[in-house]
Amino acid sequence: MAISRVAEPSGSLQDVKEWGLDREDLLQIYRNMVMTRGVEERGHILYRQGKIPGSFYTGRGNEASSVGVATAMGGDDVGTPLHRDMGVHITRGVEPWRIFAQYMGRADGPTHGRDGNVHMADQRLGLIAMVSHLPAMLPVAVGAALAFRIREEKRVAIAWSGEGAMARGDAHEGMNFAGVRKLPVVFICDNNQWAYSTPSHLEYAVEHLADRAQAYGFDGVVVDGTDVLAVYREAKYAIEKARDGGGPTLIECQTLRMEGHAVHDDAFYVPKELFERWAERDPLERYRSWLRENVDMTDEEEDEITGYVKKLLNEALQRAEESPMPDPSTLLEGVYATPEDLDTPHHK
Amino acid sequence: MAERTYLQAISDGLRQEMRRDKRVFVLGEDVGVYGGAFKVTLGFQEEFGAWRVIDAPLSETAIMGGATGAAIMGMRPVAEMQFADFVSCAWDHLVTVAAKQRWRAGTPVPIVLRLPSGGGFSGGPFHSQNPESSFAHIPGLKCVCPATPEDAKGLIVAAIEDPNPVLFFEHKHLYRRIKGEVPDERYVTPIGKARTHREGEDVSVITWGAMVYTADEAAKQLPDASVEIIDLRSVMPWDKEAVLASVRKTSKVLVLHEDTRTGGFGGEIAATIAEEAFEDLDAPVRRITAPDTPVPFSPPLEKAFIPQVEDVLRGLKELIEY
Repeated sequence: MAISRVAEPSGSLQDVKEWGLDREDLLQIYRNMVMTRGVEERGHILYRQGKIPGSFYTGRGNEASSVGVATAMGGDDVGTPLHRDMGVHITRGVEPWRIFAQYMGRADGPTHGRDGNVHMADQRLGLIAMVSHLPAMLPVAVGAALAFRIREEKRVAIAWSGEGAMARGDAHEGMNFAGVRKLPVVFICDNNQWAYSTPSHLEYAVEHLADRAQAYGFDGVVVDGTDVLAVYREAKYAIEKARDGGGPTLIECQTLRMEGHAVHDDAFYVPKELFERWAERDPLERYRSWLRENVDMTDEEEDEITGYVKKLLNEALQRAEESPMPDPSTLLEGVYATPEDLDTPHHK
Repeated sequence: MAERTYLQAISDGLRQEMRRDKRVFVLGEDVGVYGGAFKVTLGFQEEFGAWRVIDAPLSETAIMGGATGAAIMGMRPVAEMQFADFVSCAWDHLVTVAAKQRWRAGTPVPIVLRLPSGGGFSGGPFHSQNPESSFAHIPGLKCVCPATPEDAKGLIVAAIEDPNPVLFFEHKHLYRRIKGEVPDERYVTPIGKARTHREGEDVSVITWGAMVYTADEAAKQLPDASVEIIDLRSVMPWDKEAVLASVRKTSKVLVLHEDTRTGGFGGEIAATIAEEAFEDLDAPVRRITAPDTPVPFSPPLEKAFIPQVEDVLRGLKELIEY
């Protein structure tokens, strides 16, 4: 029997207004979701063109979850998004041309070619760059929350993980410490059912991962990760609760990873019917229908959004391709920080 | 100036920094109410409160990861592993996140990680290690190993000021055994500058930490020889110029460390001397280190493991006679 709360699906426009979203916000959410998918679809093309070194990872199917949570964050809140969470970077305002430059290992990517894929973050947007050891970012987010608690700032840290990452000790230590100290952190678990080729039943034995929250002394919530407004509502509630001193929440967003682990993986091990079933719950299509039914999104508005995204991404691609490859003579720079480096938004 | 133990000197330096900089806080197991397993932070929680002297759960990963997140948010955490040996549980956050964050993501991670290290009191395989060479190998980390009370205070201050993750290896066997004059005021001992512990002409000993005293005792027992002892103070960065200058002066060199031999930092020093001062040498570089075994528990075994004064004496005599 589940211990965590299973969240209601998103409701009517009236409900949504009560959560603080107006019509413009609702359309912006859609724009961010379209942009998120657009960036990753363009990434696929770049990969096939041989312009992306190494491998390439996407978060197809996770757009509602990532955009929904990021929309609920406050401007001064921070987070540690992972490789399925492109929507967080988009919603926080990263410029897409820099993402493409990052994909292609160019000098103008956020890591200047030193790291690839979604191993990036713009700290001015309150994001901390992930490492491949995914759950390692949980204790880092907890540490950010610890800083806020020590300084008595009304800020919240968001820690992302997947259901695979939840199997590692970092997740336990991070959540336990956060629970003990009632820190202002919200744990988001994007449960996309497959950790590379390993299905959920070989990753954990509880009914819901969110059930674990009770063991750490805080609330767990399960939400449909394809329902952007339901994700937003639950994230908003948890973030404001944490901000007010109510401690952490673990939100499990249920989705399906709609592509392979990375571009080299055709996901043959995922049953075809599962893909078909979840394709019917495509987050973008679901939300588009909701907007049509509930806020009368017009053809013109929809065209404006898709046209805007298309134009922006075309320009972004061009700008990224114009970005030079990094200069090998810079390799040795910046292994160690200098005192001037501490003059960052966080350190001021 | 006052006479302080090595342990008191660390405590004094840390307390001074916490008084002058609100961003500095302590995070570790039993560091608060209990004052730390070795009492370095005794009385800190009374002075600074429970949110600046934080008793963490038994979670080295969360301590190191938490320190990383807090540092990225502008704090200056001084995290403690109760024993340096337990840093294995924090390896990932130190090596995977903290060490690489500046280089790949542009985010400085100013952390001090205090590591009570070293053997000599039957701590056994899990309470006695000197893992500095493992971390000196990781680009982005600094490794500090003070030998004297004066350096212990000046280097803890330097470590806290430093914008990088700094591992502060404090040798447990020196904690209460070693006393010295320590200035009362605040001062910074630069990281990466060696100290000439003893001037000499015939042979150089390059060492750090507790082995400085082992070398010193051996030198005293060779009144007819002029032995120079270079205390590196830190192994990353390490003062190559001071080492090479000493080698050029004496032409004979013994590298001494308490860590095990293979892959120990002495190998790096010996290789550098071979590359850059080969023509100045009158004898092969000699290493005296612990053997390649875990640290043993029983006193006769531990004595056989840790380099002793007589081992250093033997090495010095061989070099002098070469």
